Amino acid sequence: MRRTRNDRGGDTLKRSWRRPHTLLSGTLTGMAWLVALLACAPLFSVLYMLVVKGGARLGTEVFTELPPVAFEPGGGFGNAIVGTAVMVGIAAALSVPSGILTALYLREFGRGTKIANVARFCIKTLTGMPSILAGVFAYAAVVLLTGGYSAPAGGVALSLLMLPTVVLTAEEALGMVPKATREAAYGLGCTPTQVALKVVLPQALPGAMTGIMLAVARASGETAPLLFTALFSDYWINQLGRIELMEPTASLAVLIYNYSGMPFENQIELAWAASLVLVVLVMLFNAAGRALSAKQQRNR
Amino acid sequence: MQSRALQELEARAAVARLPGPRERWFDRGFRGGTKIVTWLVVLLSAYIVWEIGSNAWPAVRTFGPGFLTDSAWDPNNGRFGVLPQIWGTLYSSILALLMAGSVGLVIAVFLSEGFLPRRVESAFRYIVELLAAVPSVVYGLWGIHVVIPLLRPAANWLHEEFGWLPLFETSLSGPGLFPAALVLAIMVLPTVAAISQDAIRAVPDRMREAVYGMGATRWQAIGKVILPAAGSGIFGALVLGLGRALGETMALAMLVGNSNQISLSLFSPANTLAASLALNFPEAGILETQALMYAALILLAITLLVNLAGAWFVGRSARRLEGRL
Repeated sequence: MRRTRNDRGGDTLKRSWRRPHTLLSGTLTGMAWLVALLACAPLFSVLYMLVVKGGARLGTEVFTELPPVAFEPGGGFGNAIVGTAVMVGIAAALSVPSGILTALYLREFGRGTKIANVARFCIKTLTGMPSILAGVFAYAAVVLLTGGYSAPAGGVALSLLMLPTVVLTAEEALGMVPKATREAAYGLGCTPTQVALKVVLPQALPGAMTGIMLAVARASGETAPLLFTALFSDYWINQLGRIELMEPTASLAVLIYNYSGMPFENQIELAWAASLVLVVLVMLFNAAGRALSAKQQRNR
Repeated sequence: MQSRALQELEARAAVARLPGPRERWFDRGFRGGTKIVTWLVVLLSAYIVWEIGSNAWPAVRTFGPGFLTDSAWDPNNGRFGVLPQIWGTLYSSILALLMAGSVGLVIAVFLSEGFLPRRVESAFRYIVELLAAVPSVVYGLWGIHVVIPLLRPAANWLHEEFGWLPLFETSLSGPGLFPAALVLAIMVLPTVAAISQDAIRAVPDRMREAVYGMGATRWQAIGKVILPAAGSGIFGALVLGLGRALGETMALAMLVGNSNQISLSLFSPANTLAASLALNFPEAGILETQALMYAALILLAITLLVNLAGAWFVGRSARRLEGRL
């Protein structure tokens, strides 16, 4: 029998840094570490700037006051927070019910039908649509129709971006409900609607909520669809005691965009503070979505 | 005892019964309702294309295919063309994809081939996902006030020393293509990393065991077996990343400089289709709005094609790896 190197005592099983491919392997691992740390750097840089620059300006007045004019000191962006909330609310009111109903059809009632497949294809395509095109569409479909920039126009644009997330995550959550549960419900004589609404949907709810939370998080940070649908406004949404939805509406994202390039220190500080508020808002919704999806996985 | 069992039986009999007429009507109505909503979603997608297309139609008829090759954007004289925007879109996206692709791929391998303990791995993954959660307008603000000042000395040194190279032809005075592409890369990175991770995880463990059993080092296994097996999915991830980069608007609108010129230089201001929509739309007249709608239609067509191609590659990779099991 030929003696292999291993027979002489197994020393080749020990890692020796002098062997070229161990060395190469080690070098590559080191570089991978470096690249991974490098990739984290932007996030920490952004967060650092937000806390330092935005945090310095954060006070109660930014939540309660209106944006300042050019050389005025102070001011805030209370109206922008309200505007963002209103428009995201409109978008959610449009996209959540229709999204859940579509998901129910895709997974429960019309599974495998031609229209379900076409709809799923459309929704997946919609996922990749650039957000600015949602704005262009809402401009053509709502602004031109109603004759002016308004909060609903912004809401429609945002709802287009929320819809795919809501549908696809809800559909996935519905699909995770075990088949046996459905069969048991049918066995008791439930109609398909009762099975879907009373048995399947409650179980899939945390998963569907994850999608809704992620969609809300995304929509609150979107700027491009609002630029020429909601525009911006320096005033509160309720003027003289009336809520004026059909007027240009402020939003945090557009405020940051407008102020980012201004030559005034005050406005730039406000842009950072608004960014901090926006990022905290987005991260909160993200974390909520994540917690819900963890809950869904524990339930299974 | 017996009576209780009987009661249970009765209760069960009361639950298991045929649905009454009202329940059946409600069932039919509800199912019909979901079907109608699903139809509406399909019609909505068609309506989006139709609405943008019909608003662009006057411009399509006026400018024709020459719109794609004209480089003037002159609202005063009614001359419009998007060649510089298309050039800027492709140049910035490909540049961003080069950066995001290489870093994203390394991260995908790093986070899915057992380099790290589980906990650290998921912490890293969370950080990379958080990169995607930061709104693009915040990246734009960060780009203006952090990235550009940071890059300017290095860029100007490159311009002074290597100015004869077309890449460094101009100095970086403020906004420019490279800072925009860099920020774009950061925004595309999570997409590329996440989808390539899925592709790498889909490689069957048997293949890994077989290579390691033959005495390969980890990087040999990665380079010679795992990456080639996940290749199609990784390519799909890159294409989907490209799709995201092509359509990204705000960071570019804030960082690219809104200048319609075609230049190879990394530091000269440029423009992209999406950015010029964002920058010009609010103040556009009727004719310019039509031209912008035409530009939007082109952007829609490009992103649609790229995304469909990406989804096809990702799907093919998943199907193949499943078939191999």
